[in-house]
Amino acid sequence: MSEVATVTTVEKPPAPPRPWTGERIAGAVLLGLWVLCGVGLAAYLLAAWNPELFEKYLPYYLSGLVVTLTLVGISIVLGALLSVPVAWMRLSKNRLVAGFAYGYVYFFRGTPLLAQTFLIYYGLGSFRPELQALGLWTFFREAWYCAILAFTLNTAAYQAEILRGAIASVPRGQWEAGSALGLSKLQTLWKIVLPQALIVALRPYGNEIILMIKGSAIVAIITVYDLMGETRRAYSRTFDFQTYIWAAMIYLTIVELLRNVVDWIERRITVHLKR
Amino acid sequence: MQINKRFALALSAAALALSIGAADAQEKMKLKIGTEGAYPPFNNLTSDGKLEGFDIDIARALCEEMNADCEFVTQDWDGIIPALQAGKFDAIIASMSITPERAEKVDFSNKYYNTPPAIAAPKDTDITGVTTEALAGKTIGVQGSTTHFNFSEATYTDSEIRAYPTAQEYQLDLANGRLDAVNDDIVVVSEWLATPEGECCKIVGTITPVEEIHGQGAGIAVRKGETELAEKFNAAIDAIRANGKYKAINEKYFDFDVYGG
Repeated sequence: MSEVATVTTVEKPPAPPRPWTGERIAGAVLLGLWVLCGVGLAAYLLAAWNPELFEKYLPYYLSGLVVTLTLVGISIVLGALLSVPVAWMRLSKNRLVAGFAYGYVYFFRGTPLLAQTFLIYYGLGSFRPELQALGLWTFFREAWYCAILAFTLNTAAYQAEILRGAIASVPRGQWEAGSALGLSKLQTLWKIVLPQALIVALRPYGNEIILMIKGSAIVAIITVYDLMGETRRAYSRTFDFQTYIWAAMIYLTIVELLRNVVDWIERRITVHLKR
Repeated sequence: MQINKRFALALSAAALALSIGAADAQEKMKLKIGTEGAYPPFNNLTSDGKLEGFDIDIARALCEEMNADCEFVTQDWDGIIPALQAGKFDAIIASMSITPERAEKVDFSNKYYNTPPAIAAPKDTDITGVTTEALAGKTIGVQGSTTHFNFSEATYTDSEIRAYPTAQEYQLDLANGRLDAVNDDIVVVSEWLATPEGECCKIVGTITPVEEIHGQGAGIAVRKGETELAEKFNAAIDAIRANGKYKAINEKYFDFDVYGG
């Protein structure tokens, strides 16, 4: 036994040559530029560091951050709930139902979130007597509710498309296999199709949340002071650009955290696909 | 030799062109003026996209006085100082109050007008004054990033202050009842109250300006260090005040003296 072990000597293959090709030089130069930008930014922040400013505006930034996260959190959850019937309608064979859902998605994906928010808050606000007659004014009076409504309707349209695409990506054979086993449509959807569809949908969902976080920065136009609104307020007091850099870094941190969470979930739910 | 001659010819042609350009520049200075275009009656875009208003007419008169070719650039209020610093335009003529905070970032000309702020509210309001107590518990709308916003936040500590991107939005919200009161320059408020949309509301009272917050009136902002340009504007302001042009523009828009004391 030990003889065999001594006989086999394996040579490590030589490292493949890595010549300095044009692409490699360009890559190194670009990387160097990015590093330089990062160092420059850090140096600027260090030079411009103003503890008084930081102390004064930190509570504002924190309250803005809470507003942003709450707004996006509520809208994403409500939008997810709303997206299920919309996706179901989109897949419906009834042309009227499918057409209605198509129109909804078409409008909310095809127009800017800014315009939708503006229309819901200021546009509907000019129909106060009618809204009051319907008893809806207490809802539409508050900028916060209008913001949640606008964001929910917007994200529901996107999420419905993600869901519909993901369900459509599961091969028809899976449905047929389900019915061959005597499962009802709902059981097939819940136990067989959705688990596979959600793997496909995970990344687009992550992207949608990230887009909503960044998209929510427009909400200050209807007087909801989110992270961006607080940044503007701080800037208008100090005229100091680092207020915006701080905001950018906070947004970047949120997005980076989300990205890692999505990566982690993906690793967990695709274990069976790993080789 | 041939090439050298041609080169010399080209060089002299270029030099000639340059000297003509320089002579032109001495005759007529080119200036880009930044303004907001959403603050009637001072600066406003008409429905067909033209700029009009007191600021615009004053700017035109000043440019004429300075013998300058002026071009207007409209820019959102929040970004108007950064845009000036980035060189998108050379001066801001947009009813910008001269405040110590702004003066740290830009240089100002002397004031070209100074009007007091006011509080407006619906006609059936129960607000009787402009003090902190009179407005306690009320919701007040103000344009964000303005002296009026800073004043409202500092003064009306028992009220809810809402910041709007432009005056038009708080006007909509005062008319539809989301706001109990608004705070802005008296001229802007009264201009709006005179329109059909402003029929809902009335002026409750004027506010005595606080110099640390409201500044010394509206001035022309130029980039820090461009004192020469600021001096030119000062001279031009004095000139149009003296030759009656200012008075004519004043009378076109207002029935009182906006220059202030």
